[in-house]
Amino acid sequence: MANKEISNLKFALGILLTIAGFVIAIIVNIAVPQVADVNIKEYEYFGRLYNFNDLYRYIVLCIIAIFVVIGVFSYFDEDKRKKYVKKAPFRFALGLALALWDVLGTKYLLLPQPFFPGPAAIVETFLNEPAFVLENTLYSLRLYAAGFTVGVIFGVGSGILIGWFPKVYYWVSPILKITGVIPAVAWMPFALTLAPTPFSAAVFLMTMCAWFPIASFTAQGVQSTAKVHFEVAKTLGANTAQLVFRVAIPHAMPQIFGGIAMANGFMFTTLVMSEMMGQPGGLGYYIQLSRVWSAYYKVFAAIVIMAVLFSIILAVISAVQHRVLRWQKGLVK
Amino acid sequence: MAELSKTVLEIAGVNRIYSDDVNNTVEALSDISLDVERGEFVTFIGSSGCGKTTLLRLIAGLDVPQSGKLLLDGKPIHGTNPNRGYVVQQGGLFPWLDVWHNIAYGLKVRGLYSKRKAEVAKYINLIGLEGFEKSYPHQISGGMAQRVAIARALINEPELLLLDEPMGALDSFTRADIQDKLLELRKGSGATMLLVTHDVDEAIYLSDRIFIMTPRPGKIKDILTVDFPHPRHRGGAEFLSLRRDILERLELASAKPQPEYQI
Ligand SMILES: Nc1ncnc2c1ncn2[C@@H]1O[C@H](COP(=O)(O)OP(=O)(O)OP(=O)(O)O)[C@@H](O)[C@H]1O
Ligand SMILES: [Mg+2]
Repeated sequence: MANKEISNLKFALGILLTIAGFVIAIIVNIAVPQVADVNIKEYEYFGRLYNFNDLYRYIVLCIIAIFVVIGVFSYFDEDKRKKYVKKAPFRFALGLALALWDVLGTKYLLLPQPFFPGPAAIVETFLNEPAFVLENTLYSLRLYAAGFTVGVIFGVGSGILIGWFPKVYYWVSPILKITGVIPAVAWMPFALTLAPTPFSAAVFLMTMCAWFPIASFTAQGVQSTAKVHFEVAKTLGANTAQLVFRVAIPHAMPQIFGGIAMANGFMFTTLVMSEMMGQPGGLGYYIQLSRVWSAYYKVFAAIVIMAVLFSIILAVISAVQHRVLRWQKGLVK
Repeated sequence: MAELSKTVLEIAGVNRIYSDDVNNTVEALSDISLDVERGEFVTFIGSSGCGKTTLLRLIAGLDVPQSGKLLLDGKPIHGTNPNRGYVVQQGGLFPWLDVWHNIAYGLKVRGLYSKRKAEVAKYINLIGLEGFEKSYPHQISGGMAQRVAIARALINEPELLLLDEPMGALDSFTRADIQDKLLELRKGSGATMLLVTHDVDEAIYLSDRIFIMTPRPGKIKDILTVDFPHPRHRGGAEFLSLRRDILERLELASAKPQPEYQI
């Protein structure tokens, strides 16, 4: 055990290595002269002028700050320390890659334009139209929240009915299976014409794509509840509703979360696809709009926002899952 | 409250036959009749498959007989009721609830939790599991889990506690410990206890009466009364002679020729 522990010195070096790449990226951005002829626009915010290089450096600085904070929190936990040190070389390389990309994409403009803008050009999006980007991000977030909520409630609710009542299983599960093989976006033309608003059409499509994984996993979880648990609950005084809500559903929780995790990926896809085809806003809409103007740096910017946003959503779901399923073997340390 | 009769449980002419898809039938219980007195500790002993679990399930109300009647306090048993506690053969703790909430389950489903919350702590004390309130079933030992299962049934203060081999998979120390706990609990609550076991010593140590059962068809062959006082000394002369007696009867039961099974 002792020889595997990460010493304080090694951990400090890990932090240094982690941030070194990003520090290099900043230095490169400052030190390497702008060789290619690029129009560097200045934008005024809070009474000062900024160009894309300024914002790029601030963002890289933020990344450094985040890794330092993570490092400080990891310091107290042996497992996290190990993980952090293990990831250091990759993060170092990430910083170097950023520096290289900066040189090729902005300073010397060697990458084919306008398809592969440099990192600074991508962040210029946020200087260029921050309010519009924010508006579209919030639209996506709102749509996701609505679609996720309706999709999970509908999926879990119908899954419980399918799992509990053999009659419902008989009549509904074939339909469920069929919808499982049809990509939900295929219903888009109907959804857009029949739903009262484009927003509700997208919520419908997200619910459709989430239905199969969530409902079938939930039903499976309910059906696999051990008979002995129902019997014990009955002898302790549980009524039928309590057999559902205090035996079958808690037992099915791991499957329910499995279904939600799976559906979540589909929902991201469906969300972006429907935004690209007929929503009045959202990151997908923003991509579509930028593409029309050949503003590929904005497309990249939208992709970066999606990556960050969806990662955060996944992290939140997995945190909730860990909390709810802490009773499971192997999940508790 | 009406005057309670001495007999708490009355079983008369009960038959339970299982049949599978290929028309094979198993006579799990055949013409079972017995009475149990209030506050009595009775044990059912017999080889595997003689219908012990089947009998407890009928009394618990989880199963119904083909014929015969089961009366609790003179009233027919219909379905389950929290006044009949049942500890199943494998404990059956809910893996998604910690020790505290497993024990509190009966109170929760009956809407009594907020009023009688303090009793959960009392039962945790009683079974000696202080400090394990927040542990989940997979984090505690088999013996602890069995004690939790017993406490979970007891918190409903049942008139009748049915125990299906609650100590089946336990080492002899844990066994002796739980046995003493059971006697203690009975003294405290006055509950009637019906225990299934394979262990002759356990039966003698705990019971007022021992029912010896035989399989195929499941019948009660002998009823023995154990009348020497508690605490019973496992090495005592009365204990050992009764033990020999029971073992002989059990052996006789299993060595009995079964002409109906000859091919
Ligand atoms: N659900 C069932 N379906 C068919 N047969 C059953 C069922 N339950 C029990 N049996 C049969 O009834 C007989 C009695 O079973 P039971 O479980 O009551 O025995 P037991 O005395 O509790 O045995 P053990 O000591 O092994 O627990 C056995 O032959 C068994 O095969
Ligand atoms: Mg049994």
